[in-house]
Amino acid sequence: MTAGLEARGLSAGYGAHTVLSDVSLTLARGRISVLLGENGSGKSTLLKALAGLLPPRAGGILLDGRPLASVPRREAARAIGYLQQGFEPLFPMRALDLVLLGRTPHLGAFGSPGGGDRAAAEAALDEMDAGALAGSDIRSISGGERQRVLLARVLAGGPSVFLLDEPTANLDPRHRFLVLDAMRRRAAAGSAVLFSTHELDVASQGADDAVLLAGGRVLAEGPVGVTLTGGLLSRLFAVSAHVASGPGGRPLVSFGPPPAR
Amino acid sequence: MTPAGAPGRPAWVFAAVLFAALCVLIGGSLLFGSVRLAPGEVWSALFGSGDARAVTIVRELRLPRALLGALVGGALAVSGAALQALLGNPLADPYLLGVSGGAACGTLLGALLGLGARGAWGSSFALPLAGFLGALVAVLVVGAGASAGGRLDRGRLLLSGVVVNALASAILLFLLSFGDAARTQSFIFWMLGSLAGATPGAVKALAVYAALGLVLLLPLARAFDALALGEETAATLGIPVETVKRVAYLAASLLAAAAVATTGIIGFVGLLVPHAVRRLAGGHRALLVLSFLGGAALLVAADALARSLFAPAEISVGAVTALLGAPAFLILLRARP
Repeated sequence: MTAGLEARGLSAGYGAHTVLSDVSLTLARGRISVLLGENGSGKSTLLKALAGLLPPRAGGILLDGRPLASVPRREAARAIGYLQQGFEPLFPMRALDLVLLGRTPHLGAFGSPGGGDRAAAEAALDEMDAGALAGSDIRSISGGERQRVLLARVLAGGPSVFLLDEPTANLDPRHRFLVLDAMRRRAAAGSAVLFSTHELDVASQGADDAVLLAGGRVLAEGPVGVTLTGGLLSRLFAVSAHVASGPGGRPLVSFGPPPAR
Repeated sequence: MTPAGAPGRPAWVFAAVLFAALCVLIGGSLLFGSVRLAPGEVWSALFGSGDARAVTIVRELRLPRALLGALVGGALAVSGAALQALLGNPLADPYLLGVSGGAACGTLLGALLGLGARGAWGSSFALPLAGFLGALVAVLVVGAGASAGGRLDRGRLLLSGVVVNALASAILLFLLSFGDAARTQSFIFWMLGSLAGATPGAVKALAVYAALGLVLLLPLARAFDALALGEETAATLGIPVETVKRVAYLAASLLAAAAVATTGIIGFVGLLVPHAVRRLAGGHRALLVLSFLGGAALLVAADALARSLFAPAEISVGAVTALLGAPAFLILLRARP
């Protein structure tokens, strides 16, 4: 188990506001991790910091053992695929052209995408069951369809570390599994994957490990069998959480209202 | 990226159509004027033969005016396209963002400080630089007004631009009160936006600045495409976002400033043209080229209207573009989700 991406004592934030404090975690190659936490707990900030978008205030990030800050820009862009949360397109753009932007780190400074790039983009769209949308304007398709096109953009870049902010948002159950399967294939091929979600069924079915984030700090980190427990999830979300054994021995989580005090 | 906005029709076809339209418009504007010249006379005068008076009219007056219109329209439209890409806002343009106002202040200040008498050949190059400095100041002030927590708030940007525009107008009026009456009148005429003062020297200067702006912006086309996904996603694609933004702001300001310094404030070209050609372009490389051609054609056409609507009196071409542009802007504003 080799570390694809690692955070060591990471602190980060915006302006005067420090969001993350002393976050240490390891994203191992070959494994899928889910990032859980309440709204505002710092999930998106952590994903951005790991993607190199926020300069660390303390601590650091290692990509395959090298400080991320010292990895050349293009090399880091090829290695790390980042999916932002929520995207409202303001300009008309064909879905295929958007997915082709995922090939940017593989092009020369002024180069244009070639046949190989186009093939990668089309394959990624097909993998996301969005091949038929290739020629559509991304402003005219549904939120779930757009989400799949955005995911195809990440897949087309062929990264080996995936940082995905709510990749299954807006997706119906069938397409949620489609995304989980795609992540599983990437992990099996040696990628490290971290994704955030509020859907505990997606978390328990899709992830090997979980990172529980509370108030910008890691509450717990480790295999889902150890981290997705009633006790920890009750603390994390301040509700009552019940965990049963689901299909394949995976934890099956159900929530109830906060316990009366 | 295959530049195919409309399926199967590459952008160069649209570029060729726009270029043909531009040539027809320029040709047409050579034929019409207060002195009647036959097409044959215009044609031979263009190459320096025939009646000396016709040669002067065509080569010293009509051709510079048509070419200047094309260059100014193209520069403003490309500036608008770049600003829209930078700000992720389809309503951005050098006029609305206060860049034009700042450029006008800089130009006027430069002229008042005696930066070459207007009309002299050297002033064709020097005044745009004074305008450029004014435009940069405006960009900085607009940016400061719109930044929140170290980041540019795209929503506040237009509001900030409106305020800086108002401030620029006030400064212009303030500066105007220093000139003598005759100079003030010529400045006001310039400020309203007119191609009437076109000279071969102004055409040369603007051609240099427009080429410089395009040379800076065209290599950034792919970065602009990526910026459409948001600055953060663009950064994770390996785009040096801050460098791209700085170079693009400089180039967009230079284009707008050179246009303003030469022909005054001509609004809405930078807003409407990129919007109109955006559907034809699959990416920003095509968008920049189509914007230049479309802006050039639009301004040559608008100048023809300005000259002919109330002939022999001439109205300012800035008034024509505003009369067409303001309603179009309102329609765009309402069409936004």
